[in-house]
Amino acid sequence: MGMTMTQKILAHHAKLESVRAGQLIMADLDMVLGNDITAPVAINEFGKFGKETVFNKDKVALVPDHFSPNKDIKAAEQCKALRCFARDHEITNYFDVGQMGIEHALLPEKGLVGAGDLIIGADSHTCTYGALGAFSTGVGSTDMACGMATGQAWFKVPTAIKFNLTGSFAPHVSGKDLILHIIGMIGVDGALYQSMEFSGEGVKNLTIDDRFTIANMAIEAGAKNGIFPVDEVTLEYLKEHCPKDPVLYEADSDAEYEQVINIDLSAVKSTVSFPHLPSNTRTIDEVGEVRIDQVVIGSCTNGHISDLRQAAAILKGKKIAKHVRTLIFPATQEIWKQAMHEGLFDIFIDSGCAVSTPTCGPCLGGHMGILAEGERAVSTTNRNFVGRMGHVKSEVYLASPAVAAASAIAGYIADPAKVMEE
Amino acid sequence: MQAKGTVFRYGDNVDTDVIIPARYLNTSNHKELASHCMEDIDQDFIKQVKQGDIIVADKNFGCGSSREHAPIAIKESGISCVIARTFARIFYRNAINIGLPILECPEACDGIKAGDVVSVDFTTGTITNETSGKVFQSEPFPPFMQDLIASGGLAGYIAKGGGKA
Repeated sequence: MGMTMTQKILAHHAKLESVRAGQLIMADLDMVLGNDITAPVAINEFGKFGKETVFNKDKVALVPDHFSPNKDIKAAEQCKALRCFARDHEITNYFDVGQMGIEHALLPEKGLVGAGDLIIGADSHTCTYGALGAFSTGVGSTDMACGMATGQAWFKVPTAIKFNLTGSFAPHVSGKDLILHIIGMIGVDGALYQSMEFSGEGVKNLTIDDRFTIANMAIEAGAKNGIFPVDEVTLEYLKEHCPKDPVLYEADSDAEYEQVINIDLSAVKSTVSFPHLPSNTRTIDEVGEVRIDQVVIGSCTNGHISDLRQAAAILKGKKIAKHVRTLIFPATQEIWKQAMHEGLFDIFIDSGCAVSTPTCGPCLGGHMGILAEGERAVSTTNRNFVGRMGHVKSEVYLASPAVAAASAIAGYIADPAKVMEE
Repeated sequence: MQAKGTVFRYGDNVDTDVIIPARYLNTSNHKELASHCMEDIDQDFIKQVKQGDIIVADKNFGCGSSREHAPIAIKESGISCVIARTFARIFYRNAINIGLPILECPEACDGIKAGDVVSVDFTTGTITNETSGKVFQSEPFPPFMQDLIASGGLAGYIAKGGGKA
């Protein structure tokens, strides 16, 4: 029996010839990640192991991005805990405010994750790096602590769902629409404990940022990881960012999949997840009239340069609706600088948007854009659970940057194609 | 190893944002986290929960964020066990790692309602609804998992020399 791409990466890191679904393995880690919410708990657990220091100071990344720049005194104490641990253990990859970006955009940009790597992170969206042909998955703080101490983690080898992609997107449709469409189709536990492996001739038509967005939200279908094959698009990105030689794995032709789902990208429409589950999707022609109070464009899901360009293309020369607050969060300092040089900030500010330093803040209802009772937001983030962005009676509608920008202008959830016609 | 308590009953997809809202994640103090446990889905939970009580839920319990604060808040609130049809995978790992016993048992979920008194034997995997008299069988924990939970989680287990098989 052949192996999936995920299984091959796991086998290699467990120093095994082959693995099969369901097998428990102990695997070597190429990177262990934590943030200002999860790492303080991990640092506390790490202290219980009696280990002098981390397994490899170059293979731990600490990014205070959630409640940073510090939102209050308690958050400042948590960030300080990271800073002190990073200093005491001479952690190479610690990124404080000024270098800090949203972790899942920052690690690829800094070349800390590459094709064929095995990465764990104490953040559920660690699955993002599957875009680069890596196995990466979210874990909790205790697993992070063990990973920092030993450089290893145990895994149950997952089964997989194969998504066979063909064609290319219609105008204004992007990776976000595809992953929301998929989650709507299979449900928030549709890939529970499984890999989501993307393949087919349509993959080449997806930008690297599309792939980051799609892999990022694999967790919203309950998946262990999402992964893309490595092609010219990946190699070009890695050449620019990652000093390591990419290690390429391909699924065997006789690899076993629990399910194969065929998707024609040209048939995917702009898609919105209604409250309070990412699977509660409607296509843009089915949304009805939903008046909104806030728009958030950014996050680990959609804070990449191409996301900002898509939003700017819609907003250019237009004004956002008077009753809407629109917040833009470039995911890293590099993206911020690039957006500034490309003139995107002129477009955003002239249209009435606010531009922020990188932070996860509003996505998880932390700070920088909390919703009041009864308020509604269209957001390019990844979750719309009860109370996710603020008051327990507020609502989050998940959408692409294009839909978010169009909605900011219209003042209600809007189709970017229609807004561009007006 | 056994647990016995009154049941709090929830539905599908109880996510970690409602188990412990992110607005309280500026601390990792267990007692403070527990004081807000489940508040966005059930404001009465923390007022009513007693040491030993049990949560029973349906599909995909603990979906969403990787925050270990979620099982920590549940355990610290006094809950002795969570029974569900299925668990989200990160929550599953986290619960075991911090020593919160969790069991997948769809039959028990069909046969237990809010307020029932339920007892669980982790050695045999037997779940008994003391209120209705019905008995359900789940997969028992292997001995190392029982040790791990008795050690208060993975860190305590490793510190005691466990896991060196």
